[in-house]
Amino acid sequence: MNKEESAGPPPSTTKPWNDPAVRSIFFQAVLLVTVVTFGMYIFGNTAANLEKQGIATGFGFLDTTAGFGIITHLIEYNESSSYGRAFFVGLINTLLMAFTGIVAATIIGVVIGISRLSKNWLVSRLAMVYVETFRNIPLLLQIFFWYAAILRPLPSPKNSINPIDGLFLNNRGLYLPSSIPEDGFTLVIIALVIAIVGVVIMTKWAHKRQDATGQQFHTFYASLGLIIGLPFLAMVVTGFPLSWEMPVLKGFNFVGGTSITPEFIALWVSLSIYTASFIAEIVRAGIQAVDHGQSEAAHALGVKSAPTLRLVILPQALRVIIPPLASQYLNLTKNSSLATAIAYPDLVSVFTGTVLNQTGQAVEIISITMAVYLSISLGISMFMNWYNAKMALVER
Amino acid sequence: MKKITSTVMLASTLAFAASSTFAATLDDVQGKGFIQCGVSQGLPGFSNFDDKGNWSGVDVDICRAMAAAIFGDSEAVKYTPLSSKERFTALQSGEIDVLSRNTTWTATRDTALGLNFAGVNYYDGQGFMVRKDLGVNNASELSGAAVCTQTGTTTELNVADYFRSNGMDYTVVAFEKSDEVVAAYDSGRCDVYTTDQSGLYAQRIKLKDGSAHKVLPDVISKEPLGPVVRQGDDQWFNITKWALYCMVNAEEMGITSANIKSKSGGDPGVKRLLGEEGSFGENLGVSPTWCANIVSQVGNYGESFARNLSVDPLNISRGVNALWSNGGIQYAPPIR
Ligand SMILES: N[C@@H](CCC(=O)N[C@@H](CS)C(=O)NCC(=O)O)C(=O)O
Repeated sequence: MNKEESAGPPPSTTKPWNDPAVRSIFFQAVLLVTVVTFGMYIFGNTAANLEKQGIATGFGFLDTTAGFGIITHLIEYNESSSYGRAFFVGLINTLLMAFTGIVAATIIGVVIGISRLSKNWLVSRLAMVYVETFRNIPLLLQIFFWYAAILRPLPSPKNSINPIDGLFLNNRGLYLPSSIPEDGFTLVIIALVIAIVGVVIMTKWAHKRQDATGQQFHTFYASLGLIIGLPFLAMVVTGFPLSWEMPVLKGFNFVGGTSITPEFIALWVSLSIYTASFIAEIVRAGIQAVDHGQSEAAHALGVKSAPTLRLVILPQALRVIIPPLASQYLNLTKNSSLATAIAYPDLVSVFTGTVLNQTGQAVEIISITMAVYLSISLGISMFMNWYNAKMALVER
Repeated sequence: MKKITSTVMLASTLAFAASSTFAATLDDVQGKGFIQCGVSQGLPGFSNFDDKGNWSGVDVDICRAMAAAIFGDSEAVKYTPLSSKERFTALQSGEIDVLSRNTTWTATRDTALGLNFAGVNYYDGQGFMVRKDLGVNNASELSGAAVCTQTGTTTELNVADYFRSNGMDYTVVAFEKSDEVVAAYDSGRCDVYTTDQSGLYAQRIKLKDGSAHKVLPDVISKEPLGPVVRQGDDQWFNITKWALYCMVNAEEMGITSANIKSKSGGDPGVKRLLGEEGSFGENLGVSPTWCANIVSQVGNYGESFARNLSVDPLNISRGVNALWSNGGIQYAPPIR
């Protein structure tokens, strides 16, 4: 070492153990070795542990017959399906709850958040009461509340509420006719796709034209017209290629059609309402973070209130809103695991509940479940980061 | 690399052997001075607590009997209420010493979960409960019904088998906690509530109007319920088994908590049971009067059954749980 140092011009005065670069490599290597050793230790220990206790191990159980029923399944599933399939049923139910919950919570949250800033005293007070009530009551209580509130007053299937033909509401759920596409329905789908592409092109064109000439174009109504009109036209041309399957009361319950269980509704309502109260505050904070001068300037230029909100305030507010919004989405997704309390068969209830109990393979099942939640969370984070980057202030 | 792996494996195996083997539950229990007993979250007759927090029931009596055998004090027990779903993990992880929670002895549970079943303290079978006004008289009329049940039970599986093998449709609504099952059934979410028949009678008490419901005559499964311990600790397994057998043998010999004092010096079988002859207590690792302690403090099997199950509002009769000598199937190996 010393020899080399004296040989090299100019002679370095720092000892290698004082060199920040060498140090950082050294410590990173130590950390890596420690983590890997620890990981292997844990793995080996666990395997031995399980073996000694006589607990079955491995992932073979995923192929064995589950033998239990699941009430809500969007993919084909029955009692003779495998545990692996039961896993996917649970996963899809979780994703369904997360997605529908996020959509509803965002809509309610934005409306309440903007209402809180309303100049109308009553509206802003009501919004405040909403936020303070739902934010401060534990979610599990709200779930039980909605579940009871939905189940109690609803009649038995025989006395179903039947407001319009084919729609039935009772304490077993909401029953709707389901549509069965027939020949020619693909044309309708194609029409829809064309309409969507058309809207995208039109919006681009309208922007360009406005930039160039200052003339505005009512893209909103034109888009609406396109998206509804074109598929409708296709329907007329093909002669309405849809048939309806009606739910009918047979024995104890309704069969046929589409049904939504009270468990789904209760969980969805409570998750949306609860998370919306947080989102409302985030939206309010975001809007208030935009300097008042911005809206004053817009007004001074003669821009009306609604376009001011949409074109001046919101784009700036979004930068403040998106990061905390992302964590609310993550919260909602994770909170959906409270489903197990009211029999909505989500991943936690089906997989770490029933399957774990029946196979006893806690280590495998918990690892899979953790990996799934981690992936969902990372997926949401990645999407929100991407969106955030897109929305970030572009310096010109 | 391979060497490192195997070294780590070896080291971890050794570490494991030192830290997490459950070989000596008895030492552990004697050290802490009580038994940690896993029970239900409230099932009248089996394991239930009153408003003062005192636990009672035939499952609770197993734990009390073990405490009487080990400490000469049937009150040296602490209880951990567990849902059906949590119970096995609690036992595997060592959180509890014994699980006495209306748990069905099945092949999977006995062979794949690292557990051992120490006998059967109640022979049960799965049944159905319905509202009387539904007009259903037996299970074969239940096609298309919505069925409420609890996750993590044999019930969930049996009901699937039953409906499938009889070509009947059903929807299953499975909750984690039994109180939630009861509440949902009570508010009309399901047509049927299914669990072990004893459980149906017990849960019926919790309904708003128990008399508006009836238990159907059909029994669709075998549910031998018994205490469970971790696999690999034979001594503890023996103590659990023999605590139960002691109670059954005592009933068979007519020894009760009331007359046990007067039985002293009786025939050789009685003497062995009371610990006046032989070294059964020593072999088990507990005091010589272990069984006498159980009978005087907890009572024999029949007393426990009568006190917990054959009283209002349950009124469950002995049925198959009568002694083999009375036409039932409760049968204990002899103490000899
Ligand atoms: N014997 C069955 C069912 C046991 C079971 O969990 N039964 C329910 C309904 S009777 C129960 O004990 N509930 C009381 C509780 O969860 O605390 C099994 O071992 O899987």
